Parts: sequence; structure tokens; C-alpha cells
Amino acid sequence: MTARARLITLVVAVALLGTVAFASVMRASHRAGALDTAQPGGPPVSAGAVSLAGAGRMVFRNMAWGPYRDDLVSVPVNDPGGARVAAPVRCLRFYAAAGTGVCLRKEDGPLQETYFASILDSRLRTLHDFPIAGIPTRTRVSPSGHMAAWTVFVGGDSYAGSDFSTRTSIVDTRTWALTPSLETYKIIKEGRPYHAADVNFWGVTFADDGHFYATLATKGQTYLVHGDVAAQTLTTMRTNVECPSLSPDATRLVFKKRVPDADPDEPWRLYALDLKTMEETPLAESRSVDDQVVWSDEHTVMYGLAGDYGDDLWSVPADGTGKAERVAVAALNPAFIG
Amino acid sequence: MYLADRGPTAATAPTDADQGRTDRAAQPGRALRAIPATVLALGTVSLITDVSSEMVTAVLPLYVVAGLGLSPLGFGVLDGVYNGVSGLVRLFGGHLADRGRRHKAVAVVGYGLSALCKPLLLFVHTLPLISGVLALDRTGKGIRTAPRDAMISLASTPENRGRAFGVHRAMDTGGALLGPIVAFLVLGMAADGYDAVFTVSFCIAALGVLVLVLFVPGGRAPAVTANPAVTDGTDGASGGDDAAAASPPVTLRSAMALLRIPDVRRLTVTATLLGLTTVSDAFVYLMVQHRLGISERLFPLLPLGTAFFFLVLAMPLGVLADRVGRRRVFLGGHLALLLAYGLLLTPLHNDALAFVVLALHGTFYAATDGVLPAAAAGAVPAELRASGLALIGTGQALARFCCSIAFGAAWTVIGDQAVLGIAMAGLAVCAGWAAYALRGPETA
Repeated sequence: MTARARLITLVVAVALLGTVAFASVMRASHRAGALDTAQPGGPPVSAGAVSLAGAGRMVFRNMAWGPYRDDLVSVPVNDPGGARVAAPVRCLRFYAAAGTGVCLRKEDGPLQETYFASILDSRLRTLHDFPIAGIPTRTRVSPSGHMAAWTVFVGGDSYAGSDFSTRTSIVDTRTWALTPSLETYKIIKEGRPYHAADVNFWGVTFADDGHFYATLATKGQTYLVHGDVAAQTLTTMRTNVECPSLSPDATRLVFKKRVPDADPDEPWRLYALDLKTMEETPLAESRSVDDQVVWSDEHTVMYGLAGDYGDDLWSVPADGTGKAERVAVAALNPAFIG
Repeated sequence: MYLADRGPTAATAPTDADQGRTDRAAQPGRALRAIPATVLALGTVSLITDVSSEMVTAVLPLYVVAGLGLSPLGFGVLDGVYNGVSGLVRLFGGHLADRGRRHKAVAVVGYGLSALCKPLLLFVHTLPLISGVLALDRTGKGIRTAPRDAMISLASTPENRGRAFGVHRAMDTGGALLGPIVAFLVLGMAADGYDAVFTVSFCIAALGVLVLVLFVPGGRAPAVTANPAVTDGTDGASGGDDAAAASPPVTLRSAMALLRIPDVRRLTVTATLLGLTTVSDAFVYLMVQHRLGISERLFPLLPLGTAFFFLVLAMPLGVLADRVGRRRVFLGGHLALLLAYGLLLTPLHNDALAFVVLALHGTFYAATDGVLPAAAAGAVPAELRASGLALIGTGQALARFCCSIAFGAAWTVIGDQAVLGIAMAGLAVCAGWAAYALRGPETA
């Protein structure tokens, strides 16, 4: 092959590959643009005031296509599928209790995205920003609104890096005292102090300002742990419990459990755990749920499942009876206000 | 000075490229002009390929969590196993390349395999399959590394080899730095456009393979065919096709017999020992954060700091290695690492210190990553070059992997300060031993 022929081949290839690359970006860009147009039959959304202090409202991340996509929206609790009021606050993950909100959000930078955990007041104003080191996955606020917790995925940095871990932080919003990682707490596993390199935590759910439940994973096993903020301890309670969520009366946990014989891509089912008898009851939802459920009242939990336009919100009784029902389309991370 | 350092052995290593072997070539001002076209072409291939692969690496966590809605935990479970396998793949790639001297063909297979993995990412949506594709991608990397380094060493003159590897590593690292920028540019134009990132990554990787095919000289024995008369009979290594046919066939046994060459054995043992005390990057960054109190926000930027200094210093340190001796610079790089460990152990807490640690960490890479194969090339006969480089590289990589396992386990038991102290002591001992073992004149 002559130098000239090589050069021509290169130019032609660059033109061809460039066209393919350009077309793929344009196609994706067009698709992203379509997200700004409301889908037919979607829930009506309009701008307005969203408060974390009112009564009888549910606030969540709106995933419906249109100009208010990803905004926080508010709907009446008794009409969750109805018209949505949107505020210009965008969160990847959201939760609120007693007038305190946590918004785990992304900021685009030139080299990479950066993430923040923003603590919001009842009018969605940012009180404090905490930089976080990875992609948000869970967040919770204690019933009093004083304590907040969040979990992020931290990725490895090796070639084709694929070593992930979680980092779970807790902050006291009265003093802004931050525990950057639960890994600094003492672990008591089956009665003994426990140390390991591969410890991961996620899915904090608060009982009160001093106590919480969470998931601990180590050596391929997950554990339900009980955390004590003052003593800085985490005590294991039982195995195979992920993303626990405590009932408002603090007597039951609903969690996702890895069930044997399930499709490895859809390994989880929702279970309720009675904290007095330690008895487990499978809930009526038969699909795999990868979410930390939210209690909408003493008898019902809500969770996300993939839908046509982002996640849909589903509910199921927390005692194993009844059946799963879709509550709202294109809605994520509900918090019940008042 | 470098002439004396190179010693009389330079005259007995004429199997490598003969062009441009002048003293002037070693002068800094002529640095770039003295880079053989083949090395620049291979550097370009690496740069393009690294843009492509780092694009994927940069968005993968986001894609898995936000795009696919999967939990990435347990993603790295097979990582450990695969580290071992990729070492063996590298040996296999090196051996395959030496058999019949088809370095370019084997490199094309390696680069091609990695390129084909990018469109595969468009079709797999579960963690096990994504892990599988990444493993295949790394298999491609394992296959191509040894033949590529062998081509660099065979295309450069013995006295400019450090510079050639330095230029290659700088271009490679430059690509790695550009990759995430390109990826986030694409995501900026198309929100959630992970499919576009993978497609663009594939197009770039394909371009890399094409540059390799078009602009890197192939055929057999690239360096020696140019002037077989000069090389024939001078050191027993092959010269041209006829000589290659006459020389003993390359077998697994002959590749293993490389360890009987004292210089190869010494370099392999030294690189392996030093690898055993080289704390993996992930731990270095964690340590920078834990011990120097770097904010969470800066944490993702730490690898960029290392890469920046690696990029800037790779060529100057390669040139220095050509002048004062590659082994000396290789050892010097480990001294920089030793100093970095020392700074991490100090009770000082500030961002400036973190900057110095990253500068030393980048210096360590610049003084070792390309300098080791440059040093090794002089010890390994041309017909077994890829096998020899693979042998030394694999020893080093496996040792580093063992170190990272032991380091992680020890960290939780005795704490980061104690374990880093042990690593530092180990590195000092190994470096001392290496200085003793590698003394004396080196083969050019």
C-alpha cells in the first residue's frame, strides 16, 4: 500500500466513523430533547410552591416527560395520580420528614460530574451542601427532621475500573456534625467486635435521633444492623436483610430479601419483619423490588418499579395481604408531608 | 557520559533499529525528531485507544447506577480472579507474537478485540454480562501489551529506547486524560446518552486499529530486515527472514529459558520484589484522603493529578534514563514512591502536601512504567523480545496484585499507618536489594 493509498483510506475511514459517531450523538440528543415534551396522557404538571411543612401532601421526584421532568413535585395524598405542582429543585434522590428535606443532586463539570447532598428547609431552600464522592442511591431523614443519612456508590479507578463500594454518611442538622462514613463505627457481629476490609453499609432508616437500622454487607453476606449514634456502634441482628424501612410505630421493618431460586437479575422480594417476634412475612408484591420502601401509613408501603417513563410508584399492604397497586406513573422517592 | 555508562555492550546489540544512532540524537533539543515513526504511530494508536477505553470507564458507574438502575455492588468480585488471568493472557500474547515474529498481527487482534467490546456494551444490560464484556476488553489489553512494547523496543535504537518508551507512555496517558472529557462532552450534548458514548468510543477504537494497520510497519522482524548484512552473525540473534528461519524455533520452553539469562532473571526478580511493595493506586488515593484530610469533592480528581505528572515527566525521565542508565532511573522512581509513602506518614494535613504526594506518585510512574521495558529490552534477545517483556511485566503485575490483597487485609487489622509503615520498610529493603542486584553495566 502506498503512502497515498494509506492516507486516502484513513480519510475515508475518519469520514465514515465520524458520521456514525455524529449520528449516534444526534440521535441521543434528539431523544433527550423529546424528554422535554410532555408525553400524551401523562399527569398534568404546573409550576407552583412546594412545601415540606403542609399537611396531606406527598412530595416526590417527577419523572414524567416535559419541562418539569426531574423537578420535585407535590400532590395531594388522597389523589397521588392527580395534578402535580412543581418546584425548580432537581434531585436524583429525595426524602423529607418534619420539614427537613435531603436532596442528593448532581452538578455537571468539565471533567466529570460532582455530587452534593443538600439539606433543605421546608420551603426547599438549601441550608447546607455536603460534597459527596459518588453516585447517590439512598437517603433518609429521622422522624423529627433532625438527623439525615445518605448512601452513595463509589467507583474504582483501575483500568476498566469495576470495584465498587458504598459510603454511608450521617449528619446532625442541628449541629452539622457529619459522620462521613459509617465505617468509623464499631461493628459488633454476633456479639464480637468485627473488622474487615470489605465492609459496606447502605439503607439507613431512623427509629429516632439516636438510633437507626441499616444494611451491612461483608464477605458476600448482608446483615440487618442496629445503629447507636451516641455509642457509635452497629450491632448485627440477622442475615439477608437489605434496605430496611421502619414502620411509623417502629414495630416492623419492610425490607428487600435476596430469595434463593430467583432469576439472578431479579433477586429481591419484599418482606416484613416483626421486631418483637422476629417473624418474616412475604408481601403480596411478587416482582423483584430494588428500592427502600416508604411507609404511606401504618399498614401500607410504597416503592418504585420500572415503568414506561422512568419509575412508577406502587403500593402494597405491609402484612402480606392484598395485592400490589400502581399509585402514580413516572414518580420516584415519595415523602409524606404532615 | 552516557557513552561510558552504556559501556562496551552497546556495540554488541545491533539487532535493533540502526537508523539515527548518533550522539546528537540524545541531545534534548533533538528529542522529538529522534523518535522513530513506528513509535509515534504506536503512541498514536495508544492515545486513540485510551481515549476510547477511558470514555467507557468514566461513564460506566453512572451508566450502571443511573442508566440501568442496577446496584453495582459485587461488580468487582471477579476482578481479583481476572487480574491473575490477564497476567497469563499477557504471557500468551507475548509468546504468540514471538512465534513467527508477528508482533503487529497479535497487536491488531488485541486492539481489535477491545474495539469490538464497545458495541457489545450496547446490547448487554445485566451486571454479569457487562463484567464479561469488560473482561474481554481486558483480554484484548493483555494480548496487545507485550507485542506493542516489543515493537517499540525493536523500532528504536538502543540508546534512545528510554525516550521512545517515554514518548509512548506520555501519549498513552494523554489519551487517558482526554477520554473522560470526550465522554462528558457527549453526555453534555445528549443527556443520558450512554449509547452515544459507547458508539463514539467504538468509532474511536476502530480508528485506533486502523492507524495501527495502516501506519505501523508489519511483516517479520521489522527492525532487522532493513539491513540484515550488518546484523548477521554479530550476536547470534536473528536477522531477516532467512536468519529467523535458521534460528531455533520460539517455543514455550525457550521463552521460559529466558529466566536463565542472568540479566533477565535479575530484572524479573527485582521488578517482582518491588511490585510486592508497591501499594495500588486505589489505596494511595484513599490514604491521601484519609491521612491528609482531602475533601470528598477532590477525591475523584486525585488520579488526574498522578496522570498529569506521569504525562509531563514520562519523556524527560525516559531521556534521562537513556543518559544515566535505565536501572538507575527505575530505582529512582521507587525512591520517589518511598518519599511519597514517607510524606503520607507525616502528621501534616494540607492540600499542598497532597499535591506533592501526587507529583511523586506521577514521577514514580514516569520513571518506571516505560523505563522498565526499556531496561528489559536490552537484556532480552530480539527474537524473544515480546515473551521477555511479558515475563517481566507479568511478574510485576502479579506482585502488585498480591500486595494490594495483603495491604487491604492488613489495613483493617492494624490500621493504615502501620500497614503503610510496613510497606515503606519493605520498599526500602527491596530497593536496597535492587540497587545491589542491578549494579554494574547494563545491557543497552
